[in-house]
Amino acid sequence: MEPISLEPLWLTTKLAFITTVILFIIGMPLAWWLACARFKYKFIVEAAVAMPLVLPPSVLGFYLLLAFSPQFFLGGFLDRHFDLRLVFSFPGLVIGSVIFSLPFMVHPLQAGLASLPPSLAEASYTLGKSRMQTFSRVLLPNIKPSIISAIVLTFAHTVGEFGVVLMIGGNIPGETRVASIAIYDEVEALRYGNANTYAMILFAITFAVLLAVYWLNRRLVKVS
Amino acid sequence: MIDARLEAEQNGIATLFGNSGAGKTTLLRMIAGLIIPDGGSITVEGETWFDSSRNIFLPPQARSVGFVFQDYALFPNMTIRENLEYAADGSGAAWLNRLLELTGLGPMQTRRPSELSGGQKQRVALARALARRPKVLLLDEPLAALDVEMRLKLQDEIMAIMRELPVATVMVSHDLSEVFKMSRRVYILENGASVRHGTPMEVFGQQKLSGQFRFTGVVAAIEPQDIVFIVSVIVGNNIVKVMATADEVKDLRVGNWLVLISKAFNPLLMKVRPPIEGTPFWRNP
Repeated sequence: MEPISLEPLWLTTKLAFITTVILFIIGMPLAWWLACARFKYKFIVEAAVAMPLVLPPSVLGFYLLLAFSPQFFLGGFLDRHFDLRLVFSFPGLVIGSVIFSLPFMVHPLQAGLASLPPSLAEASYTLGKSRMQTFSRVLLPNIKPSIISAIVLTFAHTVGEFGVVLMIGGNIPGETRVASIAIYDEVEALRYGNANTYAMILFAITFAVLLAVYWLNRRLVKVS
Repeated sequence: MIDARLEAEQNGIATLFGNSGAGKTTLLRMIAGLIIPDGGSITVEGETWFDSSRNIFLPPQARSVGFVFQDYALFPNMTIRENLEYAADGSGAAWLNRLLELTGLGPMQTRRPSELSGGQKQRVALARALARRPKVLLLDEPLAALDVEMRLKLQDEIMAIMRELPVATVMVSHDLSEVFKMSRRVYILENGASVRHGTPMEVFGQQKLSGQFRFTGVVAAIEPQDIVFIVSVIVGNNIVKVMATADEVKDLRVGNWLVLISKAFNPLLMKVRPPIEGTPFWRNP
């Protein structure tokens, strides 16, 4: 029996981590804008952000496949100018994950920011503080539970991704064969033992992460 | 649209008075820069903060204001001292200590807002608003959320602090007694326009029919007693009992609004002892 490779688990962790970090950087300003702005067509942006919640993963995967494919505009552009092929590659997975997990980062942050009384930010402004200072010293520290939720949900959702990865990943060992794909693969090959190993480890890790986070959340709530 | 000309001096409070929706808070927020007026101008000590004709708008950060919000808006993630430090960053500990001392908050400066009572929060909000030594202090119904006793106490405290740290102050209130007690000038706002202004006496003292009591209240109970009826009316925070004939009571029900008017009369004036610290005022002998 060939020894089981733990690489898929490492890939999954790497993918989830990178996706979460990128989404935190992108998602925070977006969430703030959505929470504060009174813009007539804001609902269009909100609908777009929420799409990944209802869109079948294979639909997104399919369109990403087309977009990344060198035969079409974006893929061709990247191929010609940057020698970059996103289809069947880890960077491609990252892009797919970022798009697909966007609402999981944005929604909790947006809800948290929107739940803060507007007078909080206003008070900070009347005290001479800029929007950035207000954001970092007054708003962010008061939505800690929301930040934790957002990070955990994004991480967990990325770990669980299957459909999108299946479409654009290509199941390449060491590159795009993440844990969720590997389990599927092993089951297809009737190697249930291996599948079970991957599954159990994933289960244990994700549960441990959630436990840690909810415990941390409880401590934070107690302190505040 | 607000139409008003305010004059606030350093040694007294100018109060904006009026019903809900009259535009009092809106005007205050315009002065602070939290709302952009459609037109007009705001000038403070010769400095133009807003002028629609010249397209000038100074954001709140650039205005020397202190704002006390109705919900206090204390930062929950900071202690009292940190709240003040955030406001006055740069100023030394001496100034902060003075603020804490003036507002009686010294002993609890390491506590967080969630651990404070309403009155304490109000004082923190005031201290924080004063921390930057603003040119204008804006108070948005600062005592609205407090019970009567706390209100009375804090009214005195605010006035004491104003004496120590004089600053041009504009206050919004719909409590008549508060207006009388604390203001030097009153501006009555109705539907966004300033309809009258002057000292509290000038503005409210002229009643069309002078020399009489005129109260509005709600009927709490109607009890028959011999050949008359005793009607208990809730006026403000007091219960008043008046005698009424069967005729007067005929169409009266509990919950009806009443106006009590008394013409020529001679009430007794009894001086009330000042509230005893710690006892509710209704228990005073």
